[in-house]
Amino acid sequence: MTITEQVDALTVRSVTKRFNVQRPPIWERLRGHHRAGADDVNGGVARPDTEKRQVTAVDNVSLDVHRGEIYGILGPNGSGKSTLVRLLSTLLIPDAGTVQVFGLDIIRHEMAVKRLINRVSVDAAFFKKLSPLENLLYGARLYGMSGREAREKSVEILGRLGLEPRTYTQPMEEMSRGMQQKVAIARAFLTQPILLLLDEPTTGLDPRSKHEVQDFVNELRDVHDATILITTHDMGEADSLCDRIAILDEGRIVAEDTPTGLKALISSNGHEPTLEDVFMELTGKKLVDPNEVEPAVA
Amino acid sequence: MLGKNLDLQLEALQSYAFVARNFNLVKRYWGWELVWLAYSTATSLAVAFIGEGSALITGQEDIDTSFFTVYLLIGTLVWRFLAGLFDNISEMIQWERWEGTIEYTLMAPVHRFTQIAGQAGFAIIYSLIFTMIIGLAMTAVFSLDFTGANLLGALLVLLAGSVSFVALGVTASILPLLYPERGAQMTHIVQAFLLLVSGIYYPIEVLPPVLQVVARISPAAYVLEGIRSAILDGTPTAELWGVILPLLALGIVGMPVGVWAFRQAELYAKRTGKLKRVG
Repeated sequence: MTITEQVDALTVRSVTKRFNVQRPPIWERLRGHHRAGADDVNGGVARPDTEKRQVTAVDNVSLDVHRGEIYGILGPNGSGKSTLVRLLSTLLIPDAGTVQVFGLDIIRHEMAVKRLINRVSVDAAFFKKLSPLENLLYGARLYGMSGREAREKSVEILGRLGLEPRTYTQPMEEMSRGMQQKVAIARAFLTQPILLLLDEPTTGLDPRSKHEVQDFVNELRDVHDATILITTHDMGEADSLCDRIAILDEGRIVAEDTPTGLKALISSNGHEPTLEDVFMELTGKKLVDPNEVEPAVA
Repeated sequence: MLGKNLDLQLEALQSYAFVARNFNLVKRYWGWELVWLAYSTATSLAVAFIGEGSALITGQEDIDTSFFTVYLLIGTLVWRFLAGLFDNISEMIQWERWEGTIEYTLMAPVHRFTQIAGQAGFAIIYSLIFTMIIGLAMTAVFSLDFTGANLLGALLVLLAGSVSFVALGVTASILPLLYPERGAQMTHIVQAFLLLVSGIYYPIEVLPPVLQVVARISPAAYVLEGIRSAILDGTPTAELWGVILPLLALGIVGMPVGVWAFRQAELYAKRTGKLKRVG
């Protein structure tokens, strides 16, 4: 399977993903504590008239990410960002629509697509008792790298990300969240993906770690020719890092442009508009609401 | 040809990734491994002591206690090995859920057969070492006489049984994939049922007729029948094919069916969003 220069890194067409909402236990339903069809969990639009309650996490989304681009998806918790990334990562099958990675359909050419991509999720998913080196060796072998090559590259990348050599063999559970997230990025980078999916990679990091991760993301694109799709609800990060940004709200893309183009969408009241202003203008919501939770799926 | 060799090399490397990762986990959880080994050794010894004490328990001095002890000892050791295989394979998805790595592993470019081969390879090596340690402890406590026993035949039966138990484990591993919250518990129920019907510590003839019918489709029942026949009666290998063939047949049919079913369950989990971590 060859990849031509002309195709986009990512082509998403009319993708929709719905989940069944977990029904409350029968005793609660009998006691009438549950109001069918009411107050939907955020992250989707309630469909009270359907027999099974569903939330639409991703609703008819279409987008194109060009080769070598850093493309941001900006949205509050529960807006469908993570579901969209899971769809692109082959971890979910869309209910409707198509996704192509460098021209390869993610369903029909699943294995070929998997070789081209990697993902860093908001929660650094590791075997916590294992060390960074052991976790990285495991990941590298899954992608077909020999132990020696993986070890050499792991040490090089971990050093580049500022980890002390003594931490390479310590259990991951003894590391700070920032360090764990750096190891997650090292693991993804180790497999040399040409499309890297970063799902809120800097959430919960201190400003210095956040800055280091952002530098590394830029380096991945500039030096290693990777295309990057990053989800975030950090406006500053989106503004400084992304070439283009899509704003996602209730599973739908409500705007897509360069950071400057998005800001130009709204009139300024004597000050330079921020992406937060843009988001509020377009959706009538604040970007971060601490009370929001991920939708429960059945 | 070269392409096929490279593919095989890649798949071997990917399978090895699971073996190496699991042994690293064993190393890191060494304290719990030690606890589990001590508990299993004590349980196996306790079962074998029932045989040693059978004359005292029943008050009948003409009981062949040595035969009874070896009968129970075979049961407990074979079950340790088979249960180890079943546990390590059927819980492969559950481990990933506990650790939160399920999405990372399942989005890697690895065929499910390759993943299962790696997990099965680890399970066989781990269970063999585990069982051998318990076996050594038992030989140190009991004076066992294997004169006339067909040990090679017993080993052949065990190998054939391993294939079918791997297939059974793969099929059971679907449960944690389909039921993120209760799947692991379900696999333990399956294991408990196998323990009951397979004649681990007693002949299956003592079971109620319905359970005897079920026992006939349990690979463990054939493994125990063959190994006891080889060790206790010294049955030559040529006469063991009656149990080896059904075991191989169960494995040969069960493996592709198990891998296919696993793949279908994975697709279902991807459609319904059940791959997320739990715990």
